[in-house]
Amino acid sequence: MNIKVVALSVSLLSLGMAGAVQAAETLTGSGSTAIQPVLTKWAATYKEKTGVETNYGGGGSGQGIKDIKAGLAGFGATDKPLTSEELRKDHLIQFPAIIIGIAPIVNLPGIEPGQMVLDGKVLADIYLGKITKWNDPAIVALNKGLKLPDLDISVVHRSDGSGTTFNFTDYLSKVSPEWAEKVGKPNTEIPWPVGAGGKGNQGVAALVQKTVGSIGYVEQAYASENKLAYTRMRNAAGKVVLPDLKTFQAAAANADYGKTEDFYLILTNQKGAESWPITATTWVMLREDAPKATNEEVVKFFRWSLTAPEAKREAEQLAYVPLPDGTVKQIQGYWKSKLGL
Amino acid sequence: MFRNLARFAAFSVLLVLLGVAVTLFWRSWPTFHHFGWSFLWTARWDPGRELFGGWIPIAGTLISSAIALLVAVPVAYGVALFVTNLAPAWLGRPVGSAIELLAAIPSIVFGMWGLFVFAPWFAKLEPWITAHVGTLPAIGIFFRGPPMGIGMLTAGLVLAVMVLPFIASIMRDVFTVVPPMLRESAYALGATSWEVQRHVVLAYTRSAVLGGIFLGLGRALGETMAVTFVIGNAHQLSASLLKPGNSIAALLANEFAEATTPLHQSSLLALGFLLFAMTLIILIGARLLLWRLENAQGKSGL
Repeated sequence: MNIKVVALSVSLLSLGMAGAVQAAETLTGSGSTAIQPVLTKWAATYKEKTGVETNYGGGGSGQGIKDIKAGLAGFGATDKPLTSEELRKDHLIQFPAIIIGIAPIVNLPGIEPGQMVLDGKVLADIYLGKITKWNDPAIVALNKGLKLPDLDISVVHRSDGSGTTFNFTDYLSKVSPEWAEKVGKPNTEIPWPVGAGGKGNQGVAALVQKTVGSIGYVEQAYASENKLAYTRMRNAAGKVVLPDLKTFQAAAANADYGKTEDFYLILTNQKGAESWPITATTWVMLREDAPKATNEEVVKFFRWSLTAPEAKREAEQLAYVPLPDGTVKQIQGYWKSKLGL
Repeated sequence: MFRNLARFAAFSVLLVLLGVAVTLFWRSWPTFHHFGWSFLWTARWDPGRELFGGWIPIAGTLISSAIALLVAVPVAYGVALFVTNLAPAWLGRPVGSAIELLAAIPSIVFGMWGLFVFAPWFAKLEPWITAHVGTLPAIGIFFRGPPMGIGMLTAGLVLAVMVLPFIASIMRDVFTVVPPMLRESAYALGATSWEVQRHVVLAYTRSAVLGGIFLGLGRALGETMAVTFVIGNAHQLSASLLKPGNSIAALLANEFAEATTPLHQSSLLALGFLLFAMTLIILIGARLLLWRLENAQGKSGL
């Protein structure tokens, strides 16, 4: 009769009831769907090696934050980091676990993946509803040599709260003062000025695939999986780059976590000639006051995920970028100082 | 003993209903307190700035349900008429069963069908609609927009398919219980098929037919998964039915898992409460209408 009870039982169900038996051999987690494919893969390999089972419920970044705050999961995962203030209030800590790239995708006759070029300003203007035709001079100027049709642009965005949206809108608000002023600060849910919403990465991919003249944004993994025409982007250094492991890695390598508190650093619009501008991170959250055995198991699992060569290889096969070694060292220091592990 | 059990069953339903209403209202109180009545007609919905207004999903719910009824009721009537009066028995029975089977399909299947089959097909039709209907005076503005295949009209049409079996099977059932003597007498007086249908069958079954329509309306108002797939999920309200919109149930499905702030959660629950209230008001309105119709019927001595 009380919303908390309902939320609790739903979360338990989504954890496959594993939350009820918090044995040392089982890790439980929930949150970001962006990290889910690679986490599932890691969990399977990790189980083979150690016998420790990991149940990850997905449910979205917001769900992960809710569950870890309520102590319903061993760890939570989110694509939108919490500030140090928020973390302290609920006795949480957070560290990055994987890098992902978000790419604009388009559906235009004759346009192949990686052919079209966009920049932040044009992307923001399209999502503001200011640029409404594919043959708009601003788009043509970036794409000399491409034949662009006199076609209305159908804008597609996420309809559910999403870490992908948080990072995408963070980028738009960094490159377009008008976006920042009109739409507001980046968030998992946004009052979109124009466009239609699809549920999940899959929903956006489906809508773009079915609508000629549409543009959307998805994790790069979904773009290549569905053979969608992802675009190139002009980055902060003014260079045109493709969304691939190399440019995601470049953005991550340019990020200086040393100056941050609790790894609060959004990777969008990073400097560097090679950096992909809409690169994002998934963070893992733990409770400082959880039973030591639980945290130890979680840390062990992520120590393996972040350092084992086979774990890194598995991530890359799924179009994720493992964290640079320097960052992994910083994370290990963080574990030591916060948890003594 | 039996009487008490039955009484308990009846009252427990009322209790559950009351419980749901009270809890929903209790949980949505922060929103009503914070935004006041203006929550009902404010269009902004901005989780980042914590500004919430329910007008767009409320209107979207009413519009998509209205489209659904507008399409489903005449078709259902035709189906019921055909099955009970016109079709030979070997055809009427399977057609009737097929319609009822539609009701058993889970709504998410309709949603997927809507998104992957109907919407792409409809998207091809939309340029034609925009060019031919969109240019008409007066009704033209309802049919303009980019051809995405999803939007308010698509949601209404998918909903129509979903509520059709409920309405049609109730109409069919009540049409078959009209005493044959009544019909035959009317025919004997020289009435045409149409006149018999309109003045005898429909008059005899009016309240049950209306009941069936309201059952369909109830389903249309609260339908979630199917609508989420095809309505476009955009927090916009435009005159054009071809443009994306939103409904209460679709908004709840999209945002509930990610609503982290208390006011956001409370606003979603407030929409849930309003949906509950809307359905209740419509049902009460329907009962009043029926009651008046029955009174009028009694007086005219039919």
